[in-house]
Amino acid sequence: MKKLKQSRFFQLPALVVVLLLGVYLQRSGLIDGMLFYWEDIVYLTKQHIQLTAISGTLAIVVGIPLGVILSRPRFIKVSEWAMQALNVGTTIPTLAILALSMSLLGIGFIPSVFGLFIASLLPIVRNTYTGLLGVPAHLKESASGIGMSPGQMLLRVEIPNAAYVIFAGIRTALAINVGTVPLAFLIGGGGLGELIFTGIDLFDTEMMLAGALMTALLAITVDILVAACAFLMVPRGVNPSRA
Amino acid sequence: MITLDNLTKIFDTDRGVVTAADHINMEVPQGEICVLLGPSGCGKTTTLKMVNRIINPTSGRVLINGQDTTDQDTVSLRRNIGYVIQQIGLFPNMTIEENISIVPKLIGWEKSRYLKRASELLEMVALDPAIFLKRYPNELSGGQQQRVGVIRALAADPPVMLMDEPFGAIDPINREVIQDEFLKLHRELKKTIMFVSHDIDEAVKMADRIAIFKDGKLIQYDTPDDLLSHPANDFVKGFVGRDRALKRLQLVTVSEVLETESSVVTAEDSLTTALKRMDDAGYERAIIVVDGNDRPVGYISRSVATTTKGKCGQHSYNLRTVVHPEDDLRTVASKMFTHDATWLPCVSEQGKLMGVVTQRGITHYLGATYKSSRSDDQNVRRFRVAT
Repeated sequence: MKKLKQSRFFQLPALVVVLLLGVYLQRSGLIDGMLFYWEDIVYLTKQHIQLTAISGTLAIVVGIPLGVILSRPRFIKVSEWAMQALNVGTTIPTLAILALSMSLLGIGFIPSVFGLFIASLLPIVRNTYTGLLGVPAHLKESASGIGMSPGQMLLRVEIPNAAYVIFAGIRTALAINVGTVPLAFLIGGGGLGELIFTGIDLFDTEMMLAGALMTALLAITVDILVAACAFLMVPRGVNPSRA
Repeated sequence: MITLDNLTKIFDTDRGVVTAADHINMEVPQGEICVLLGPSGCGKTTTLKMVNRIINPTSGRVLINGQDTTDQDTVSLRRNIGYVIQQIGLFPNMTIEENISIVPKLIGWEKSRYLKRASELLEMVALDPAIFLKRYPNELSGGQQQRVGVIRALAADPPVMLMDEPFGAIDPINREVIQDEFLKLHRELKKTIMFVSHDIDEAVKMADRIAIFKDGKLIQYDTPDDLLSHPANDFVKGFVGRDRALKRLQLVTVSEVLETESSVVTAEDSLTTALKRMDDAGYERAIIVVDGNDRPVGYISRSVATTTKGKCGQHSYNLRTVVHPEDDLRTVASKMFTHDATWLPCVSEQGKLMGVVTQRGITHYLGATYKSSRSDDQNVRRFRVAT
């Protein structure tokens, strides 16, 4: 009850601030200026989403199985090295990854997808691996003790219990992904980066803001979507946000 | 029936070769609870885990109901063996219903059958299915979780169960309750159970047979009574404790030491009659007063009977407490100490007098086994001298 009252207390001033901000933007002609690029916004947003969706899906489809394989006992020696390599990999700036991707595959859509895929692969693999290793040993003993095969144990016990950590990895990965897509413009991948970078070059605030605000909006939407997926798909018994 | 035949496990560790189990030979008869007991690192858990091959034996065989399990497929072997561990190991991602249904599902039962089984089992351990089926393990108390852990192992009705310190992590009060519940369950279901424990009291309470381990070797395998009355060596003596004779008290029930009381008086009898009956029956201290339905209502002490005249009803003392034939002697002894009594009347469920338990009777019963063994020893010695 107390919480609710507090939130109501802050709601009204917040609404007033938003309203004033809207009025100011309208008066200064910024919104009109941005809407001037509406067709571009729609087209480039589509491209942006396409880049994120394809590279993100690829990263999930490749990253989770890779994490699973690395977490299996028989790969334990390889996996220590692999995780070290991945950790070093995460320190490389995403712009550098895109540049490397371009020098490998040239410019255009495919090198952009590849670069984005590599940049978002790492958190997924790492979280899948650590999540699976973090499943308590007694659960695994219990599972094999009651006669589960290794495959059944993976699907029914290990992955559900690591799901929350795996989803956290996916969330980080997609946040990085959406944020990196504007850079894909630099290697000819298109996307909202086109508005942002052109806006900067032409000193056109409205053009730049149109791209930036849309990118921010997309990032927030994707984050909410992944959080909602995690909320619904991680079983209630092991889901801290539903406890 | 579980038979271990020369079962051996040798671990190759960094600190050298460790023999965790050294040629273990034992047999757990059908429907009995066998407790593997010993200090930590004695090989009891290793031995247990070799039965369902969580640990692979270095050599030797395990037979279940006479069938060699060495070449059996691990997965199907384990599905026929219930397994309970100390950490319980309920899967937190599944509801209680799903947890209990795992093994039946794995071996392909129909849905309606395993769902029905889950409710049945929950009722068996006094958990309301309507409340608990849809809950998750983290919404249960430790004791409730362990109950679910036990019934999950029972779900597919395996003939054999392995339990690795199943009640070790539960507080003492709840542990007693769960142990009692489990024994009740066991009397109904009659599974063959191998049970690891490091607690001698738990072992004496639960076991039909106790196997004492030390340094990977099976030192003694006996019934609790034999183990407590005839420990094989100093190690076993030390492990069962100096009060081992007292521990035997809980293995014996009142009915085994009951002295039937043939002479009683009623309230209408005179004290002279009471004294005469005491003399005839040879009671030294007192005689019990019963009502018309054979229910004990009080007692007349010898001193009162010799010094006073009148009816028994007017001069009887109240009985302080009574015992029942199924009570164990530990309870009886405790009651005797509490009430400063050397004897207690025993009554049936309907309250009828069945006899008395006396301190002398208890001492005599417990002493009998020591006496017989001592004379055995002497016989042997004499025999040796003669040859």
